[in-house]
Order: sequence, then structure tokens, then C-alpha cells
Amino acid sequence: MKLREVKEILDAEVLVGEEMLDMEVKTAFGADLMSDVLAFAKPGSLLLTGLTNDQVVRTADIIEIAAIVLVRGKKPTPEAIKLAKELKIPILATKYILFDTAGRLYTKGIVGSLEK
Amino acid sequence: MMTLEATEDIPYQRSFYVEGGNFSYAGIVSTSIKSILKQMDFPNDVVRKTALVSYESEINIVSYARKGVIKLTIFSDVIQIEAVDEGPGIPNIELAMQEGYSTADNKIREMGFGAGMGLCNIKHYSDYFDLTSEVGKGTSLKMVIRTH
Repeated sequence: MKLREVKEILDAEVLVGEEMLDMEVKTAFGADLMSDVLAFAKPGSLLLTGLTNDQVVRTADIIEIAAIVLVRGKKPTPEAIKLAKELKIPILATKYILFDTAGRLYTKGIVGSLEK
Repeated sequence: MMTLEATEDIPYQRSFYVEGGNFSYAGIVSTSIKSILKQMDFPNDVVRKTALVSYESEINIVSYARKGVIKLTIFSDVIQIEAVDEGPGIPNIELAMQEGYSTADNKIREMGFGAGMGLCNIKHYSDYFDLTSEVGKGTSLKMVIRTH
């Protein structure tokens, strides 16, 4: 699925990466704990999280997360936005809670990502 | 007669300074290391593992130590990351290596870390891992990732 569809399914606002909405995503990982993201998320996945600081963007960059989806109506810090632009990582923001965000994407074919 | 192999034996090496307590730059060293390895065309999984162990080490230095150095050395068949800090050290290494054990404060937890996963992640993603520590002096980590 294209990131553009993710945006529509989640009724999300694109905060960074409007020009990258044609990228393909197949998997997602949801967590607020960055060490768990580092341990378990597969490269190329969406990261669904409620954490809004620049470490989310750093973590995403380190393991090549495709795009960040901020849940529960959270807005990123200015530092996170700046870093995401620099590292070219899209940030979407949705009003849905993590559970609903995951459910909506799952019913449309996005599956969980687990690095063995 | 001089051969090319003689120069190829000299590994690539670079050291990066890490400031303790300064969360605004936490991760910048590992981003640099990642881009160096990408430019050198290492396979994606090698880049990922190395960046990951470097990043967890960097977060540890920023979180707990006064200062530290992360040293990247590229040998012909392995990449080595050394993270050496001046800090409080680890009194009980066995306990520190346990998944879920952490001494992190709120500041660290707000950043999404401090859940007692860091050292386990580092060990898991390294092909060789060694930790030495002296209380009151500091901690040294050595991580090796095979490149083929």
C-alpha cells in the first residue's frame, strides 16, 4: 500500500514528507519504547507511536523505518520535525489511538513487523 | 616490492566524542556511522546491526556517563564499535545484562529508553560483545559485527 493510502485510512495530517507519499509500505510496528522498536521492528515498516521527540526520528533512521505515524492526536516537537526533514523520514499525525490506528491499517492489509 | 595488500591491511578508523547528559545530540554519532557504512556499500543488515549497537551505546553514554568516545574500526572481515565512557560504571554487570533491569531516571524514560533493553539489544545484534566496567571510573563496550 502507498503511504498516501495510509494517510487516507487514518485521516492523517502529513507533517513531514508530502513529496514521499508514493512510497510502498507493507508492515507496521507499534510501540512507545524505542528500545523495543530497535529490537523488533523490521526495516521498511511504519512506526506507530505516541512518543513525539527527536529520538523517535533517530530511532527510525537507525533501523530504516519507512515513515512515522504519531497516534492519539500527538504533535511532534520542533526538533523532531527538523530532524525528520533532514533525514527525509515522513511524519503523519492521526487522531486515532494506537489500537484503532493499528486496527484500521490491519483490516486494509498492513501486517505486523517482527524482526527475528 | 610494495604491494597493494600492505595498505589494505590498515583498517579504517574514526573516533567520535559523545557528551554525557546532552540529549539533543543523542544519536548523531550513530547516524554518522550509519552513513559512512552506507557510502562504503556494506550490506543493509550489516549497516543496520552496526548502527543499532552504536546507537544503544550512544544512548547509554548520554544517559549515564560524563563523556565518552565511540570508535569505529573497519577490518577486512568485521566492523568493530568500541564505546568507552567516563562515568559511574556498573556495579553488577550480571544484573545490568538482565532484560528489564534499569537504573534510568525519568528524563531517559521520556526519550523512550531506560526499559532495560539496551544492553540486551547490543548483545543480541553483535557477533561478539564484551563489557568491562569499573565503579567510579567508567564502562567499556566492544562490539563486533561480521561483514560477510
